[in-house]
Amino acid sequence: MLEQLPLYEQAILTLAAMVMFTSFALLAQNRVVPMIHIFAWQGLLVAVTTALVAFDSGKHDLYLSAIMTIALKALFIPWLLHRLVKRLGIDREEHGAEHPATVLMIGAGLVIFCYYVAQPIEQLSASVTRNTIAISMAVVLLGMLMLISRGKAVAQVVGFMSLENGLFFAAVAATHGMPMVVELGVAFDVLVGAVIFGVFFFQIRDSIDSLDVDQLNRLSEQDE
Amino acid sequence: MNDWLLALIEMALFVALAPLFSAWVKRVKCWLQNRRAPSLLQPYRDLRRLFAKQVVLSHNASPVFRATPYIIAGATLLAAAVVPFISVNLPTAAIADVIVLAGFFALARFFQALAGMDVGTAFGGMGSSREMTISALAEPAMLMAVFTLAMVAHSTNLSTVIDYLLAQGLVLRPSLLFALLSLLLVGIAETGRIPVDNPATHLELTMIHEAMILEYSGRHLALIEWAVQLKLLIYGVLIVNIFFPWGIATHNSLHALAVAAGVVFFKLMVLGVLLAVGETVLAKMRLFRVPAFLVLALTLALIGLLSHIILEVG
Repeated sequence: MLEQLPLYEQAILTLAAMVMFTSFALLAQNRVVPMIHIFAWQGLLVAVTTALVAFDSGKHDLYLSAIMTIALKALFIPWLLHRLVKRLGIDREEHGAEHPATVLMIGAGLVIFCYYVAQPIEQLSASVTRNTIAISMAVVLLGMLMLISRGKAVAQVVGFMSLENGLFFAAVAATHGMPMVVELGVAFDVLVGAVIFGVFFFQIRDSIDSLDVDQLNRLSEQDE
Repeated sequence: MNDWLLALIEMALFVALAPLFSAWVKRVKCWLQNRRAPSLLQPYRDLRRLFAKQVVLSHNASPVFRATPYIIAGATLLAAAVVPFISVNLPTAAIADVIVLAGFFALARFFQALAGMDVGTAFGGMGSSREMTISALAEPAMLMAVFTLAMVAHSTNLSTVIDYLLAQGLVLRPSLLFALLSLLLVGIAETGRIPVDNPATHLELTMIHEAMILEYSGRHLALIEWAVQLKLLIYGVLIVNIFFPWGIATHNSLHALAVAAGVVFFKLMVLGVLLAVGETVLAKMRLFRVPAFLVLALTLALIGLLSHIILEVG
């Protein structure tokens, strides 16, 4: 029960819920620059949660993961995306989903689905963070939903990164983090991924004159 | 018997303080916008002036139009009786729970919309249509937030909920955090404040609530304005007393009541400042943006409910 937990463990759960909320905010947001800001906040929240889990479990290498998350997900990648968006000149464009309310309701459905899927796993574990497994799975699936529901490349990249946040969060919640080597590798991959996406944006725009990847589905340039 | 007297006094306090709260919000807003603020007694003077004035009715006004101000004022007054203001031990709160409270508001709104369409002016119908659109979206969000609260405290009765939250002390609950945010958004939409509606203008393109009461005058208008101020205060008291219940009187001694009155006064002042800052920082939304705003409120309440089930029960 929640009342019997110490205050910082309650804070872990509250922060986990806030991470899920940022995922919903990403789904609902249709302007690019606020979207990147929300993504940065999500990174920060994940990092603070990780630090609290480190404090709670006494695993000091998790502090390192938390610092890495702040540096990468809350500062560097948002900065990189921000700069790209400025240079592409799309910082005032709308990148929304076609039916935002429907997408939000599907998101709520996904959370319930995750709860049911994670329930048997949760019963095996005794740690405080066992309840956040469902939340982190929900963040992963909400990231996927964002990838599916958006047509524009930048929004898809933000969705992908937020999906990665969810995976990291799941690792922290379920097993108190992955081995350091794996974590460093993933962090490096994400970093490289962000840089490559940046190059890709320019390539896509040069070849189809837009960042709307739905246009890549068509074989000819004429509208049918 | 003593309890009932206290309940009556509390209701009277509600009614008496409602214009003061509106005046306080207005005063803070004026300070923030570098204007000279009107006196805190100005809403009372306005009400007195309106009560003294003659009622002008259109020829084709039906009895519904004439009865509506009294129904609105009566329903809002009953709603005020249900909400614990300075003491939790209210016999009136034991009779009706928070769903009845939502029902009172719905009743008032229903008659308001009918009266808006009654005389047959273009503005009245437009205002009614907009009001119903917004409330149809706001009500599910409000009920969802209420259900979150009810699941946490295992009761829909406001006194019981506040008692429960007081008894458990300081517990960080994600569900209550999201319910609070959701209820704030719903409160803004339901009381017609910026960014949903602007209570200070009669600009035809944007007005919602004002459009419905354009045809009213004299004491009818005074009653409606008073009910609007009362509704704002009710939402304010709901928010501060449920989510920050510390200081409310749990037993009816004179000392506890005096302390509780001071504390709730202070909490409402802080809430008024927050509301004024919000209204100064934000611009009014386009009407077509309002559904998105309320979907956000609904999503917040839904996340609150889900996080209660996922994080707090297991």
